[in-house]
Amino acid sequence: MGRYITRRAGYCLLSLFLLSLTIFFFVRVTGDPAALLVEPGASAEDIAAIHHQFGLDRPLWVQYGLFMWTLFHGDLGQSFYYQTPVFDLYMSRLPNSLMLAAVAMIFSLIVGIPSGILASVRVGRFWDSAGKMFALLGLSLPSFWVGLVLILVFSVYLKWLPSSGAGTPLHLLMPAFALGWYFAAAHMRLTRSSMLDVLGSEYIKLARLKGLPEALVIAKHAFKNALIPVITLAGINLVIMVNVAVVVETVFAWPGIGRLLYEGITFRDFPVVQGVVLLGGAMIVLVNLLVDILYATIDPRIRLER
Amino acid sequence: MSTPSDVVVLPSPSPTPRRAVRRLAIRFGDFPVIPTAILLAVALVAIFANQLAPHNPEIGSLTARFKPPFWQTGGSMKYILGTDQLGRDVLSRLIFGARVSMVVGIMAVLVAGVVGTVLGILSGYLGGWVDQVIMRVTDTWLALPALTFAIFLAAIVGPSMWNIVIILGVTYWTRYARVIRGEVLSLREREFVRLAVVAGCSKWSIMARHILPNVVNSAIVLGSLMLGVVIITEATLSFLGVGVPPPQPAWGLMLSDGKQGLMVGYWWLTVFPGLCIMLMVLSANLIGDWLRVKLDPQLRQL
Repeated sequence: MGRYITRRAGYCLLSLFLLSLTIFFFVRVTGDPAALLVEPGASAEDIAAIHHQFGLDRPLWVQYGLFMWTLFHGDLGQSFYYQTPVFDLYMSRLPNSLMLAAVAMIFSLIVGIPSGILASVRVGRFWDSAGKMFALLGLSLPSFWVGLVLILVFSVYLKWLPSSGAGTPLHLLMPAFALGWYFAAAHMRLTRSSMLDVLGSEYIKLARLKGLPEALVIAKHAFKNALIPVITLAGINLVIMVNVAVVVETVFAWPGIGRLLYEGITFRDFPVVQGVVLLGGAMIVLVNLLVDILYATIDPRIRLER
Repeated sequence: MSTPSDVVVLPSPSPTPRRAVRRLAIRFGDFPVIPTAILLAVALVAIFANQLAPHNPEIGSLTARFKPPFWQTGGSMKYILGTDQLGRDVLSRLIFGARVSMVVGIMAVLVAGVVGTVLGILSGYLGGWVDQVIMRVTDTWLALPALTFAIFLAAIVGPSMWNIVIILGVTYWTRYARVIRGEVLSLREREFVRLAVVAGCSKWSIMARHILPNVVNSAIVLGSLMLGVVIITEATLSFLGVGVPPPQPAWGLMLSDGKQGLMVGYWWLTVFPGLCIMLMVLSANLIGDWLRVKLDPQLRQL
């Protein structure tokens, strides 16, 4: 177990290293970072000063060392627009993003799990096809368009819900729906295939042979075990939701991390963009590590693999 | 295809024309006709955009701003689907937008497919440190949320249609690399590859002539499924202002423009481009699903 965790943690560190290298590389290669770091309209002397200040006139590997050094000190630079450290900005927005993701997750599970079970119990019949269609729609509709149409219907025509901003629980409803829609489809698909796996197993056959009513077999015996992969995916997806909510947060002006990223893009606030991407990637790498360790604890067979 | 005379009759084992028809029906009976027709129509519209569009998509008349579609009061047949905030014809912009979506979608899938397939084959066949390096990079990039990564790249590279193609290719090649590598791992243990080694083929010719043709099927299936993802990502980037630059008519950009008129109830600026995206992506996904079942049953778990 200890060796397994060490190896996984090693891969994780390697991933973080590659992540920082990728971001560093792209910023330096695709143009002069000084041009991105100064505010638009700066003079040539200002740019030269920035070059010196950030050590851009030094060799690349020294630059990378400096970049990592500041990173290790939790310093992601200063936002141009807000004039505050990027890390503080990120942390002040994180609770909003988490709240939105949590509500969207609850919605996606409420929709995804029952419809997945229904589809698995009625394989190849009407509810299965309906579920398949729903999943396809979930994958084919851009979430920002779902958001815009929701605003059109519920804010402009019906005037039931506020179109943007935050503050009351009502503000949460539409963004959570737009964000959760895609994930509901994913959760439905996984619930269905996981239920089918379990329903084909020996102990379900035994439960049926014992003469248990079908509803009990599905609700008590199959559902419990089929839920494990779904809950795992949901855990990972929660973190992914926080990171892909950019468009939904932009549409609804929800003050989360995605909105911060969008502001970073529009104001050419480069440290913010870089910081959000770095922290988001790191968050996902760490959650993957956590899931790997959790799985290895539950299922000893995994430790022997690879 | 439905009449027996069109069917090539094979000499053995003496299938009657009717049986051949039935076999074709089993193989292609569930062919997704409507999605294919939609994608073909979009492709034709994209090609003949210059002939089809009734107005110039980038120049509008400011006297005709925010005109509704023709069936609403205030609309006219001159602007069938209405006009936007600069008085540009929505229908013409949709038609030219099809061109952007098609070109970006197909080119990005090609770039991602070629890069991912080549790296997947190298990784799977050569093994060793090459495999280690390629797979570590793939894992890391897969871990990043694709959308955030694409936004990040687009924000530093700057907006242009061809930049978007490269960015999407760079973002999505990892999915090909993973799947293709897995296929190659099992292919390289097969008899025909071993025989080729015995016959003295070089590594490169084995990869190019024996492995590649066997993974093309999977690459095509993945490509058709990726088309939808890529089109949505392009629309998202354009919507956020880091995709196709403004005067050009892209569907994502139109949605972004339409946001201004949304609260006042100018619904046509939001509904029509979104419907176009949905139709195209849904069609691509349906065709991809069909191809997946037909060409590669092993990929069903994907």
